[in-house]
Amino acid sequence: MSPEPTLRDRFKLGLDAPICLTWELTYACNLACVHCLSSSGRRDPRELSTDEAKRIIDEMVEMQIFYVNIGGGEPMVRTDFFELLEYATKKNVGVKFSTNGTRITADNAPYLAGLGYLDIQISLDGADAATNDHVRGEGSFASAISAMEHLKAANFGEFKISVVVTRHNAAQLDAFQALADHYGAQLRLTRLRPSGRGVDVWDELHPTALQQRELYTWLLDHPQTLTGDSFFHLNALGDPIDGINLCGAGRVVCLIDPIGDVYACPFVIHDEFLAGNVRSEGGFARVWRESDLFKELREPGSAGACTSCGSYDACQGGCMAAKFFTGLPLDGPDPECVLGHGETALKAQKVAIIPRPLGDHSKPVRVSVSSR
Amino acid sequence: MTSNRSQGAFGFDASLNWKLSPEVAIRPEQFGALAYHYGNRRLVFLKSKDLVQLVHDLSDFDSAEAAIAATIAPTKQQSYVAALARLAQSEVLVVS
Repeated sequence: MSPEPTLRDRFKLGLDAPICLTWELTYACNLACVHCLSSSGRRDPRELSTDEAKRIIDEMVEMQIFYVNIGGGEPMVRTDFFELLEYATKKNVGVKFSTNGTRITADNAPYLAGLGYLDIQISLDGADAATNDHVRGEGSFASAISAMEHLKAANFGEFKISVVVTRHNAAQLDAFQALADHYGAQLRLTRLRPSGRGVDVWDELHPTALQQRELYTWLLDHPQTLTGDSFFHLNALGDPIDGINLCGAGRVVCLIDPIGDVYACPFVIHDEFLAGNVRSEGGFARVWRESDLFKELREPGSAGACTSCGSYDACQGGCMAAKFFTGLPLDGPDPECVLGHGETALKAQKVAIIPRPLGDHSKPVRVSVSSR
Repeated sequence: MTSNRSQGAFGFDASLNWKLSPEVAIRPEQFGALAYHYGNRRLVFLKSKDLVQLVHDLSDFDSAEAAIAATIAPTKQQSYVAALARLAQSEVLVVS
């Protein structure tokens, strides 16, 4: 029998509808995390209306998108958040939403626990207040923990604790796991990308080479950990981590942003990866199925500078967003290539022309002026 | 795939009346289909169109083995038993 194409081979060609659809409901946020992938803060006045948002959910039903990952900004600050949540889950579109937890209260936790097809992901970037608040802002650890307490008290069940692995928290993986165990939660670890405001802190926060190796070993030892398939660049270290292990951008993954723009993935909010807008004729389905960008991403790619590397099959050249926002060519090594090729490539950049993420929604920094 | 997977793989009894779970939605794709289980929230891949057809055909037969015997070429039957066993394990199929 000839070897059958693997699922990975098939996913590279794209699917009729995404598997992992992220929908950022708003750019408004009551926090200002230094690594925010969407540079969130202020609401964009062009934000989709409630009716437009419901039409997108209707499209998901038609396209048989079984679940959607809702984020922001902070999605719970939208006044129609619960209305949209109910609209989706009643139509059998499962929702997993990411939140900083500030709006989860003793009052609404029982309601959330009562909704079917709902998952909640609380963001936490340090196992203690000092580590977390350095990145997510003063008081954000306490509010995340308080949200977890409310969900636990309401018997929500297994929610997720979602951690972006950084140089500061990479040594806390066991502590995060203990926290998850304490709340009956599942731990989710994802990769820091130089996207959004992350571009400004990536140098300081991305894990060291040693930390990457330790993370890889830890993930192999804890296969139940969710990773959003974000660490496949580590696979060049040996046995693959559980997952599909490829860049799914435009193939099985995409992002709908708060104003309806469709990007290849949540980490590439930039003109180069903008496929279209859900407000255009044909809606989201047409963008997903017919946009030139997505068609191009589904073509067989070249391994470029990685062609001669024996590990290319394992790591697939890594993350497109990480390369793009560090100024590296998309067909070259990942900046965090575990074999060091990315570091070499970064050093070889003569004049680094690094693309800036599109659209800064950050709140203006308030400078307190003391009167004399 | 090794050829010694037989009936009984993963404890799967092909003589039972296996059917697509009412909690599962099937989305056709070029390679076969995606199956989503609303109860356990697992996404499972049906890796060929023949397997998708077989899963739908199960409702016309009294047992999985009868469906396989009637619709699948003899040389391929064992691998389809194994495929159904995997679907049963992830609760895409249930005994009715």
